[in-house]
Amino acid sequence: MDVFGSFALILAFVCAVFAFIGGIAAIITRHPLLVKSTRQAGIATCCLIFIATFSLEYLFFSDNFSAAYVVAHSNRALATFYKIAALWAGQEGSLLFWSFLLSIYVFSVLIAYRNKNGELMPYVGVILAGVQIFFLTLNNFVASPFKALAVPGANGAMDLVARSDGNGLTPLLQYPEMVIHPPNLYSGYTGFTIPFAFALAALLARYPGEKWIHLTRKWTMIAWCFQTAGILLGAHWAYAVLGWGGYWGWDPVENASLLPWLTGTAFLHSVMMQEKRGMMKVWNVWLVFSTFLLCILGTFLTRSGVVSSVHAFAQSSIGSWFVGFLVVIFLVCLVAYLKNRDYLKSENQLDAIVSRESSFLFNNLILLVSCIAVLSGTLFPVLSEAVSGSKISVGAPFFNKVNIPIGLLLLFLTGVGPLLAWRKTSVESLKRNFAWPLIIGLAGGAVIFALGYREIYSLICFSLCFFVAATIVMEFYRGAKVIRVRSSASYLTSAIELTMRNTRRYGGYIVHLGMVLIFIGLAGAAFNQNVQKELQPGGSMQLGKYKLVLQSFDSKPEANYTGLRLNVEVFVDGKPLMMLYPERRIFETNGETGTMVAIYSTLREDLYVVYAGQSPDTKLPVIHAYLNPLVKWIWFGGVIVVFGTLVALLPNRRAVLVLSGAKQPAPEPVVHGMTPSVTYKEGHD
Amino acid sequence: MKKQAKFGIGISVIVISLACLAWLGYGESKTYYHTIAELQSLRGTQLSHRMRVGGTVAAGSIRRFTGRVDFVLEGEGKSLPVSYVGSDPLPDTFVDKSQALVEGRPTDGRFVAEVVQAKCASKYEAAPGGTVATSSTATK
Repeated sequence: MDVFGSFALILAFVCAVFAFIGGIAAIITRHPLLVKSTRQAGIATCCLIFIATFSLEYLFFSDNFSAAYVVAHSNRALATFYKIAALWAGQEGSLLFWSFLLSIYVFSVLIAYRNKNGELMPYVGVILAGVQIFFLTLNNFVASPFKALAVPGANGAMDLVARSDGNGLTPLLQYPEMVIHPPNLYSGYTGFTIPFAFALAALLARYPGEKWIHLTRKWTMIAWCFQTAGILLGAHWAYAVLGWGGYWGWDPVENASLLPWLTGTAFLHSVMMQEKRGMMKVWNVWLVFSTFLLCILGTFLTRSGVVSSVHAFAQSSIGSWFVGFLVVIFLVCLVAYLKNRDYLKSENQLDAIVSRESSFLFNNLILLVSCIAVLSGTLFPVLSEAVSGSKISVGAPFFNKVNIPIGLLLLFLTGVGPLLAWRKTSVESLKRNFAWPLIIGLAGGAVIFALGYREIYSLICFSLCFFVAATIVMEFYRGAKVIRVRSSASYLTSAIELTMRNTRRYGGYIVHLGMVLIFIGLAGAAFNQNVQKELQPGGSMQLGKYKLVLQSFDSKPEANYTGLRLNVEVFVDGKPLMMLYPERRIFETNGETGTMVAIYSTLREDLYVVYAGQSPDTKLPVIHAYLNPLVKWIWFGGVIVVFGTLVALLPNRRAVLVLSGAKQPAPEPVVHGMTPSVTYKEGHD
Repeated sequence: MKKQAKFGIGISVIVISLACLAWLGYGESKTYYHTIAELQSLRGTQLSHRMRVGGTVAAGSIRRFTGRVDFVLEGEGKSLPVSYVGSDPLPDTFVDKSQALVEGRPTDGRFVAEVVQAKCASKYEAAPGGTVATSSTATK
């Protein structure tokens, strides 16, 4: 099976090369058979990568321990769930997994548009084939997942061996979250290849602007949705599993996933400027290019070990391959831009500072500043070493100092932007739209202040959250009211109808609402408390309104670990609330310990209890308890964001207004069989 | 020209204030990286900087006391005794022979660390004899 898989992989490489070279020939000669043939080669490449991936999975499921990768990451006792995930547990497999997910996208695009956009698709096919060639080169020649296990034999040649059992999956990866987080995040990273391909293709083909924007936007939303989910799942994994009480550490690998998200978000907004007013074309093209470049940079940072991080893949020379690819892509983009930039001239200018265009401009500006700040901070050790010879790194204070004000500015724009008019907003319109939200925002902030929360950034954040939520609710209310006039349905039904008629706009508002919830959750972090104490059975510790009493502790041997469990009872105001069972697990395979955090999560706060270890002198358990306000809002907000994106991806429900048929005997000829009707065009804002 | 000026001013205000914040944040958190070998050649003010040192945890050297954990970090043939005095529990990946990154200051021949990071061992391969060896090289 491993021979079969590696053969499929090399065949995929050959097909991709043909799709690339033949595709270029097809563009030049415009021969229809060549166009069709290279498209089918592109599809074949994807199918062969699917086959190769399934072959590797088959090796896992059939416990084939003659394959080096299977030996390294699996064993007989491993649960099925984790045998699937073991595919991406190491360098070679995760690179194949990248190719696999990219192929799903490429396959979908080639099939979906096989009879459309005929001028554009040959270029798209060539670009996608080019990207696939790079990853297939890595899959085949640099980091092959199908390597057979071998040892040097007596005569110096390598002898193939097969082990009876493998090393198993690292215990720290044996959590459900670690199984869903990489697929989502990789789907985001690979997904951004598609809008990149469309943008570059449109530039090279000088394709009409309105069309490529529409295509690019949809695929960007899909990739963005996965990226958002991937980032939040990673944060949740760090919080619920790692046991350090937080969800974001500004670690280089975390930052790597955030960078394309920032430029992707900027693009999703500035694209509206191009659609409505034909502006920002150059900017948009470079935003899409940058998003893709940042995805490749992200995986380079993760795999090359060029900056030290808690997430480690083996450091290898694979980094230089990615640097080379980045340079090639950048040069291709630059040349394409320089040759075709006259096609990107703006049709309009900015008219006024108080306008929707201007709010998009500021939105893009601050997202870009954030991106540059996070990128510089992450790469600082590399940059400082090049400049001054010493490696200097920056930590959370740097990232937080810059990004918290940026986040608040973004929140402000989220409320203000949708209510500003295109071109120029009048003072009356400003007064009408902002009076209530402003009052609600300030009132909300005053209430929080009165409740005793005085931290300034959090206060501003809460006020802005109230403000933005009010603007969003107002938008839905106003729109629903108009629909109610005709249909006399309830407000809720009208609001749903409203959303379905302009899914992009109202889905977008739902996404904004989700972001508001996330910001509420983030603001809670300013009020985190924690306490660490050594307890004997019967002893207690107090944290906020919770009293934790250690009732007992025991140790339980399981299949591949020994579990040291604490039985903690939680009291509130003297009344027993619940039992919590924080645990430490010691794994037999490599002596590593794993933490099972016990969390009691409410909308108000999380009570987060960790078995920190044993006191070295008394051998008594040490409990570290955290009180983290509002964390649940982050996860809940994330679900809303994903839901909103899905709504925005739905096609609009077209409203058809049918007038009664003209039946009078009129001298003018009436076209038979046709009822006069009025259809609303697909709603743009 | 007037609206261009307004935009220009707005953009500059935002960029400059953020740049100031970035500068402050940099000052608060900048940390130098040195190898164990380099530590011995540092002089003067360099020794008082906050710094990070990477290496491998020497097998059997981890000793836990109340309020402190002592261990020895090895790298490039040299070794460095470290005392971890932070309040957070040490990461689960911190075991014998794991790669670790310590952050703090050198004091009297030891290194006093406030933060200890240990690498997530997501990849290791067994040598033919069945012994487990890390395949990744030490951090430079």
